[in-house]
Amino acid sequence: MIAGVALLAICTLIGQLLGEGLGVLLGVKANVGGVGIAMILLIAARMWLKTRGRYNEGVSRGIGFWGALYIPIVVAMAAQQDVVAAVEGGPIVLIAGVGALLLCFSAVAIISRLSGTPETMDEIEARESREAEMAIAAGSPAPITPR
Amino acid sequence: MEMITKVLTANALLTAFAVVGIVMWLSNILSAKLTMGRVHGSAIAILIGLALAFWGGIATGGHKGLADLPMLAGIGLMGGAMLRDFAIVATACEVDVEQAKKAGLIGVVALLLGTILPFIVGALVAASFGYTDAVSMTTIGAGAVTYIVGPVTGAAIGASSPVIALSIATGVFKAVMVMVGTPLVAGLIGLNNPRSAMVFGGLMGTVSGVSGGLAATDRRLVPYGALTATFHTGLGCLVAPSILYLIVRAIVGG
Repeated sequence: MIAGVALLAICTLIGQLLGEGLGVLLGVKANVGGVGIAMILLIAARMWLKTRGRYNEGVSRGIGFWGALYIPIVVAMAAQQDVVAAVEGGPIVLIAGVGALLLCFSAVAIISRLSGTPETMDEIEARESREAEMAIAAGSPAPITPR
Repeated sequence: MEMITKVLTANALLTAFAVVGIVMWLSNILSAKLTMGRVHGSAIAILIGLALAFWGGIATGGHKGLADLPMLAGIGLMGGAMLRDFAIVATACEVDVEQAKKAGLIGVVALLLGTILPFIVGALVAASFGYTDAVSMTTIGAGAVTYIVGPVTGAAIGASSPVIALSIATGVFKAVMVMVGTPLVAGLIGLNNPRSAMVFGGLMGTVSGVSGGLAATDRRLVPYGALTATFHTGLGCLVAPSILYLIVRAIVGG
């Protein structure tokens, strides 16, 4: 289990480091994509371990535990926002915030529509479980789905 | 009483786990009993969190919501950037690589739009409220991108402190609205698949707003949204004080 937590921590730290480095390189006072880089590292590490058969229950549980704690952590994050300042900002904050929000929501809707109807999350899960069942019925081991 | 306070303060992180756990438990009951499960328990929990943050801010006069109460300082650690990023990275194990690849290019387009659109809105609103100089317009516009881009930009181009405060407030308000509003509009904007979640992450920015909003909508979409949202703040910090500022200055002068 500690192996999974350690792998997760190493990926996160390297991601942050590269993100900081990218920020310095670009002359920006911020971490550029640290979390995203870390996520890509973790996905790569998992695929590498899987091909060598070293991605065992313990590793998976160590990472899964923190993934499962994600929502409680978001609740804690919400509980420490400066909500008072956001409310006190007055009309300029209200109008700029809501305006930006509505525009971005519509942009999401437009871009999503423009590019056709993709499978929804429910459909993807239904298909994967169907495929797994069919594979079992055919007597072969379940296919390795990239999950 | 003093003894309780002492134990809770000394074990701040454990206190936070307990408090958040109770909030989530209550939220799940409210979700099932009051809304017949139509509003996610996590959405209610996030709303309760924000309400508690408001109360904490009023009670202590601080800027960190509930975490300013000494007994609940652990909330600050539990919901801080370190554990938040740690948990988000952990969700990468749920990413379907094929799905993510399909959305690659469109994610980049969403990222660019997600920086430019809010910036224009913020800068125009700032101008209509009398902040007509290029520095103030750029800073408030950057705040509409995210609450980190705002102050970073303001500091870089020399904005005044009240303007920087306004830009932070705009960004925080937007993040809060993303958390609250996303579950409400999710159906309307087609937010039920990995690709639209990646578009959403790129457009809305703010890892906190996106992850909170998606968590309240559909937990399975969180990793996809986070994957693009994480580049949002960096991109904003890159273009707002440079290209976007120069453009605004060229248009309004000085």
